[in-house]
Amino acid sequence: MYEIVAFYLFSALTIGLFLVTVMSKNVLYAMTSLAAGMVLISGFFFILGADFLGVVQLIVYVGAIMALYSFAMMFFDATRDIKEKNTSSALVFLLGGLSALVLVLMFAAPIHSDAIVALYPMHEGVGNAQDVGIVLFTKYLIPFEVAAVMLLVAMIAGIILAGKKMDESLTEDMSADDEILVVKDEK
Amino acid sequence: MENLVYIALFAPFVGSLFAALFGMTERKIFVGIVNSSLLAIAFLSAVTLAAHVYTTGEAIHVTMMDWINAGDLNIPFGFVVDQISVTMMVVVTTVSTVVHIYAIGYMDHDKSFNRFFSYLSAFVFSMMILVMSDNFAGLFIGWEGVGVCSWLLIGFWYHKPDQSREENPSVSPSWAANEAFIMNRIADLGMLIGIFILYWNTGSLQYDVVFAALPNLEDSVLVAAAIALFIGAMGKSAQFPLHTWLTDAMEGPTPVSALIHAATMVTAGVFLVIRANPLYSLEAVAGVSYFIASLGTFVAFYAASMALVERDLKRIIAYSTLSQLGYMFAAAGLGAYWIALFHLAAHAFFKALLFLGGGNVMHAMHDELDLFKMGELRKKMKGTWIYMTLASVALAGLPPLAGFWSKDAIIETAFNEHTYFLWFMLVITAGMTAFYSFRQVFLTFYGEDRHTPLGFHPHEMYKFVLIAMSPLAVLATITGWFMGEYKAFITHLLPHYEMSEHTHHLATWLGLIVIFFAVSGIVFAYLKYARTGTKAWKRDESKEQSFVYKLLKNQYYVPKFYEEFITKPYKIISEVFWQQIDIKIVDATVDGIAKTLYKTGDATRSMQTGNLSNYLNWMAIGGVILLVIAVISAMLV
Amino acid sequence: MIGLSHYLIVSALIFSIGLIGVLRRRNLLMLFFATEVMLNAVNIAFAAISHYYNDLTGQMFAFFVIAIAASEVAVGLGILIVLYKKYGSLDLDDLANMRG
Repeated sequence: MYEIVAFYLFSALTIGLFLVTVMSKNVLYAMTSLAAGMVLISGFFFILGADFLGVVQLIVYVGAIMALYSFAMMFFDATRDIKEKNTSSALVFLLGGLSALVLVLMFAAPIHSDAIVALYPMHEGVGNAQDVGIVLFTKYLIPFEVAAVMLLVAMIAGIILAGKKMDESLTEDMSADDEILVVKDEK
Repeated sequence: MENLVYIALFAPFVGSLFAALFGMTERKIFVGIVNSSLLAIAFLSAVTLAAHVYTTGEAIHVTMMDWINAGDLNIPFGFVVDQISVTMMVVVTTVSTVVHIYAIGYMDHDKSFNRFFSYLSAFVFSMMILVMSDNFAGLFIGWEGVGVCSWLLIGFWYHKPDQSREENPSVSPSWAANEAFIMNRIADLGMLIGIFILYWNTGSLQYDVVFAALPNLEDSVLVAAAIALFIGAMGKSAQFPLHTWLTDAMEGPTPVSALIHAATMVTAGVFLVIRANPLYSLEAVAGVSYFIASLGTFVAFYAASMALVERDLKRIIAYSTLSQLGYMFAAAGLGAYWIALFHLAAHAFFKALLFLGGGNVMHAMHDELDLFKMGELRKKMKGTWIYMTLASVALAGLPPLAGFWSKDAIIETAFNEHTYFLWFMLVITAGMTAFYSFRQVFLTFYGEDRHTPLGFHPHEMYKFVLIAMSPLAVLATITGWFMGEYKAFITHLLPHYEMSEHTHHLATWLGLIVIFFAVSGIVFAYLKYARTGTKAWKRDESKEQSFVYKLLKNQYYVPKFYEEFITKPYKIISEVFWQQIDIKIVDATVDGIAKTLYKTGDATRSMQTGNLSNYLNWMAIGGVILLVIAVISAMLV
Repeated sequence: MIGLSHYLIVSALIFSIGLIGVLRRRNLLMLFFATEVMLNAVNIAFAAISHYYNDLTGQMFAFFVIAIAASEVAVGLGILIVLYKKYGSLDLDDLANMRG
């Protein structure tokens, strides 16, 4: 009973919020609705019993990623309304509508298969977080480690790309170099 | 023993490669010496192998390597040295060695000296493969090889320009070379079909396997294979109607004519028929064999008739080769294979000698070959005179020289087989042969001196060349005396052909008839051509206008017929195919494909706008299309 | 009762909305927002299938998708900043350098 109500409520709200995200002309409105939509999606995860995933969604997506976007928005001039040229909305809505229709038709049909076998079945009696932990650190260890390295690389990349005066060192004494440069110029 | 086989086979090949290294440089005499020495080594190996086969009576089988091994088809590179092949080997290497040494002297003024030796040795190598191979595929490889080398050698002076047919019936060396090669190619189609038929029905191309399986085949298959193989032999041995290339092949240098178009390549066809004698001696194929004999007789007469009025020295000898090939085919067709092989060997010796002597004359007369311009050369060219007279006596078939024994045996065979018409034609031809060969001798060496007023100063050929020609002279004389031993030797392998009792009784009379015709031919020629003074021969212009004379002089208008009805229409067809089909259809199609691709690329370039949003549009369109396809295919399945 | 199809339909609808956003938006930053929407839709689908088949694979996938989305945002925004410094504008139509 609760599940049904929660599901329909969350679905309606999510769809509405995401519509605002893609249609709005104001960056702030778009971003805010995106964050709210993500919170609701974590709600979905909790309904589905994926507790760990839901918490991760909240922390990473809503917490970190939206923060990143906020900083980016601050970097660009966000008070102005984005003026976008008139795109051919007909084509866009046609494509979107068509893909929506096809996908919904595909998913509405009941899925029959005897061959679908759970690869990593859930264990009874064990909480979701523990279950995820077991699988993550045994079967999915390597992707986990690789993902860690990837995040490190992304972090460094982000720092370098966005930082100012990155070719100057904050710790070394560079005054000696200036003398050499000056001497060279004199020659 | 195996090593001797390889030496005999590959020594000429090594010589050819060695000479090819110097192909572009000027004349180097050691090239000639090295090549001749290598051929002498091959000759010695062949003789040793012959002695071995003669004493032990066994054949030597050598398999060099597996060549084709595809499914059921198994063709090794194998060679067999049995009585037939060793006969051919000895003949080929003997004549080749003499010709190589001769060429050192003959080609001394030619700037492509080295290239000549390379081609000549390559030819000997191909011929050795042809005669030594133990399967039809190897035979065919040698067949094609000698065809190619013959083309290279006939067209040796390829830079000579084309002349009109009136000036030069052979147009030019390159034209003659092409004619020879193309005619041989047409015949090779027949040979290939014969080989295919044999393989299809017997499952192998090895001689022993094929011949053992022959009695089990149907008659129609046997007849078809026999006819097809003989068509191949017709091309190589220049039987009518594929004969015009042989006289035109005289455009090549004289050593080439001596080696290829007298002794070796043209005998390959006879060799094929002799090799395939288990096929041709079957009952079912008797009609084909009789046809071969009749065609041989016809060609013998036909060629001899054309030689009666010929003015060009080498062409007379070429016609006589054609005629003698006809004799060989007559013998083979009538079942006397060993007699045909014996005549092949004897003919090789005296014909090569005749050609080489003719080359001496040509060299002395600065490449002039017109008999009407020569005369009384015996005073200035004693050695050549002796050699050519000897060879002509052998050719005419007078005892005790070689030609008598072998030719007489063939004529006796015709009598023995009760084919009296063939016998009669062969006897007449023997008389004609004697007449025209001595006509040539007398016009060249006797009679009035016609060459000095025309400004020729002939001199004899180098001494070493004359010495080199002597083995041929010796062989031309003595070969006939060993006919009995040869028969005992070769009938280990070939069918035992004996004359019947009836023929034995009449043998002496038959022989005397032939000798009578030959001698009368010589006497008639002497009376007409060899006398000096008031009875000396004078050119008779009016006789040259008569119908018979013109018919014979123009080779019965056969070359003209080929040109009008085969060459010209073919050229027109080729032009049509080229202009209409190749350019308009094939090229247009290929160009069309390229143009279509190009235009498509041009059109789709508009997709590259550089605008990300556009790209995303395209991506979405593609994704939707794929989704729709997936749904539709899922629904259909 | 809520079945798997319900969740999948919701996911499909949100995905299409994201698709429309991706196609419509001219401003690069807004384009990123729409991409995030699409990623989240896919995550819902993964979690739903995982729940209904009692398989943890779906959740693991969703987990990694989140990780990748995070790094993608970091690098992407860095590039955006550099782009803005160079061209002064974030509009797609002004950035069509690679015209064929």
